[in-house]
Amino acid sequence: MEIKVFVTILLSTIFINNYVLARLLGLCPFLGVSRKLGSAVGMGLAVIFVMTLTSFITYPIYKYVLVPYKIAYLTTIVFILVIAALVQLVEMVIEKTSPALYQALGIFLPLITTNCAVLGVAVLNISSGFAEPNVSLGLLKSVTQGFGGGVGFTLALVIMAGIRERLELADIPENLRGVPITFITAGLLALAFYGFSGMKI
Amino acid sequence: MRYWKELVKGIWSRNPQLVIGLAFCPTLAVSTSVSNALWMTLAATFVLVCSNLLISSIRRIVPGHLRIPIFITIIASFVTVVDLLLNAYQPAVYRSLGIFIPLIVVNCIILGRAEEFAQKNGVLVSVLDGIGMGVGFGLTLTVLAAVREVLGANSLFGYTLIPGMEPATAMVMAPGAFFVLALMLWGMNVINSRSKRK
Repeated sequence: MEIKVFVTILLSTIFINNYVLARLLGLCPFLGVSRKLGSAVGMGLAVIFVMTLTSFITYPIYKYVLVPYKIAYLTTIVFILVIAALVQLVEMVIEKTSPALYQALGIFLPLITTNCAVLGVAVLNISSGFAEPNVSLGLLKSVTQGFGGGVGFTLALVIMAGIRERLELADIPENLRGVPITFITAGLLALAFYGFSGMKI
Repeated sequence: MRYWKELVKGIWSRNPQLVIGLAFCPTLAVSTSVSNALWMTLAATFVLVCSNLLISSIRRIVPGHLRIPIFITIIASFVTVVDLLLNAYQPAVYRSLGIFIPLIVVNCIILGRAEEFAQKNGVLVSVLDGIGMGVGFGLTLTVLAAVREVLGANSLFGYTLIPGMEPATAMVMAPGAFFVLALMLWGMNVINSRSKRK
C-alpha cells in the first residue's frame, strides 16, 4: 500500500507533472545548460541531489520550527536562505571529499540557488500535495517528491540537450536561431508529455 | 531626459523577456489568463520597485562579498509582504497564482536589476528603472496571456467570446505557452533585424 503511494509520487513528478514541461519551473537552466549533453547530465545530477536534500531539510523546518512557533509567514525568507546555504555547503563538501566530482559539477552548483524548481518543490511540499491541494506531505513523501522532481528535470534537460546538439547542424532561418527554436522544440516536447496527463495511476 | 530613457527602456529596447531573456518561468506559467497576468505584473512590479528603492539607498554600506545574500533577503521580505496582502485581500487571486507568488523571489529580473542597476545608481533612477522593467515584464506577460486565453479558453477576462466553440485546450497548457512565446521572440528578432538593415 505504502509502496504504491511512493511509486505514484515518482511517476507523477517525473512524467505527468514534469517540473519543466508541465509545471513550467526551472526554465532558465533548461535553456542555459542544454547546449551540450555532458553538461546537461552534470547539471541534472546536481539538481537531483539539491532538490532531494532541500526537501529533506525544509519540510522538518516548516513542520517543527515555523508552524509551532507561529512564524509560518517567514516561510519564503527561511526557505530561500536555507537553499542558498545548502547549495554553498554542498559545494564545499564536494570540493573537499571528491575533487573529481567537483570538477564535473563545480560551475553548475552556484546556479542552482536561482533554479525555481528547487524553491518550487520546497513550497509544494508544504502547501499542497502532488494531487490534493492543502494536504501537506509527510517527510518521506516530500523527499520522494524532491527526488522525482529532480529526475523529471534531468530527463527533460537531457532530452533537450540531445535534440539541441543535432539542431546545431540544421539549417534554421536566421531569426529563429537560439532561444526561439529552443522554445518551439520545448513546446513539441511538452506536447508529448501532455499525453501523460491522461494516465491513470 | 535621462529619467525618461531609464523609464521606457524596459518596455521595448531592454524588454526583460524578449531582449534580455530573463524570467521565463513566471511568464510561461502565469499567462493562462489575462487577469492572472495582470495580478502577477502588479505583484512583481511592487517587489521590483521596493527592492530597487531599498537596495539603491543602502548601496554604499553593503559589503561587496555579502551583497547577494543581503539582496535575496530584502527581495524575500517584500515577496512575503505581497504574499500576505494578496492572501488577505484577494484570496481568489492568491489561490490561482499559487506557488508563483513565493517564486517571485527567484524571478531573475528582480535580482538581475538589483545587481546590474540598483546597486550602481541613485534612488530615483532605480525606482524609474523598476517601474519600467515591471511594465515591460507585464506587457509581454499580458500579450502572451491574451493570446493563450483567447485560443485556449475561448474567453477574455473570463467572458466567453464565441458561444458554443470548442477551444484548443492545449493552448492554456504548457505546450501553448512555449509555442506562443517562441513566436513572440521570433517576431521580435524579425523586427530588430529589419530595423538594423535600414
